[in-house]
Amino acid sequence: MSSPFSINGGACVAMVGKDCVAIACDLRLGLQALTVSNNFPKIFQYGDNVFLGLTGLATDVNTVSDLFRWKVNMYRLREERQIAPRTFANLVSSSLYEKRFGPYFVSPVVAGLDPKTGRPFICGFDSIGCIDFAKDFIVSGTASEQLFGMCESLWEPDLDADALFETISQSLLNAVDRDALSGWGAHVYIIEKDKVTKRLLKGRQD
Amino acid sequence: MPGFDFSNYNRNAALHARGVPLPKATSTGTTIVGCIYDGGVVIAADTRATSGPIVADKNCEKLHYISSNIWCAGAGTAADTEFTTSLISSQLELHSLSTGRKPRVVTCMTLLKQHLFRYQGHIGAYLVVAGVDPTGTHLFTVHAHGSTDKLPYVTMGSGSLAAMSVFETQWKAHLTQDEAVKLCADAIESGIWNDLGSGSNVDVAIITPEKTILKRNYIKPNERTQKLKSYVFPKGTTAVLNEKIIRKQDIGNFVTIHDLAEEAPAGGDKMEVDT
Repeated sequence: MSSPFSINGGACVAMVGKDCVAIACDLRLGLQALTVSNNFPKIFQYGDNVFLGLTGLATDVNTVSDLFRWKVNMYRLREERQIAPRTFANLVSSSLYEKRFGPYFVSPVVAGLDPKTGRPFICGFDSIGCIDFAKDFIVSGTASEQLFGMCESLWEPDLDADALFETISQSLLNAVDRDALSGWGAHVYIIEKDKVTKRLLKGRQD
Repeated sequence: MPGFDFSNYNRNAALHARGVPLPKATSTGTTIVGCIYDGGVVIAADTRATSGPIVADKNCEKLHYISSNIWCAGAGTAADTEFTTSLISSQLELHSLSTGRKPRVVTCMTLLKQHLFRYQGHIGAYLVVAGVDPTGTHLFTVHAHGSTDKLPYVTMGSGSLAAMSVFETQWKAHLTQDEAVKLCADAIESGIWNDLGSGSNVDVAIITPEKTILKRNYIKPNERTQKLKSYVFPKGTTAVLNEKIIRKQDIGNFVTIHDLAEEAPAGGDKMEVDT
């Protein structure tokens, strides 16, 4: 049997721009080579501008996304304020490391803007909660190697919201086209100080 | 530690028994070193994190804070080094608060080895512990299984052989601070160039009885050159099927938000709050 990370397929990427961040995912849900659904988004919102991308085993994607919905709701009730991206990243990290010896098969990506400073924040994790703080981009999923190549060549510092959208979209679209387990459309979120733009991309359906 | 949650363990073990490979964690296939000199101790690390053959992070931090006078360099499973050091850091802080004394390096080393020995090597943290306390300057290595060493110069991680070759050829007794920093940085650089698991930059921490100086990215021998050409796509390159813009001000259309006036409490007295 193949790795739990590559049974259902899927890809996710986050990028930093100038006063904005972007996070994008594909929409495929598969069972090895059989595609089950072309509408399985992997990005979840946990605050005004806190987003989590989850790739890996779909059952764990659902479990973990619901777990964090609960944890963030409890945080909001206790603290009477929204969770900040950096706080959320530490929550994700601790929650995953708690299951160090029986992990969820997910590779999370966090993207958001700091509520106080408005500074972009992105980070990625391995399945046991080690945080990868990056200044440029984070990739995850079965197309992660392709995404590394695309992002490494297309990304540049201080992209504005429009340029960032094109860069992240082209990086994702062209990466998933070289991965049989990912693709079938994509969601892209561009997060700016006072608005969030969610776009559905036209992608190959094969 | 409250402890680990094994609720997924049986599921994952059953999967593993059917031939599913274990998830690959980010490892710091690393070069870390430490060296005592007359007047303090220096530790250094490279900044590459790997996941299999993929470079996961090009500039990660492997020098971990334990207390102001004790620092730790970590190799092995990245999550384990991160959480083990922060756990011991917190225990040591509480211990020092309750005893009213500065934390000692041996205490830190003992807490680490007892924690790691309890987990029989399953927590894959390989550490270099260094610090200055009222009893003197100390340098230890702690292995994942719980064994420890106390030496004047140490190396660990996949680049330990490359780094140790530098120490074994260049180390001498009674180094000055500058000589010790240079020696450690050279040892890390040897790992960066000769070990595939290590790379990018050199981080250095100098611990003296007076203070600790953390030199993040002390040497940057692998800086990315500026791209000669920009590959930014013209606006409208990507085909969009659907677009939804959520503005902060529009949220008011669905939820009404009122700021309650400070002087007019809504019905009844204000709740008393301890000040």
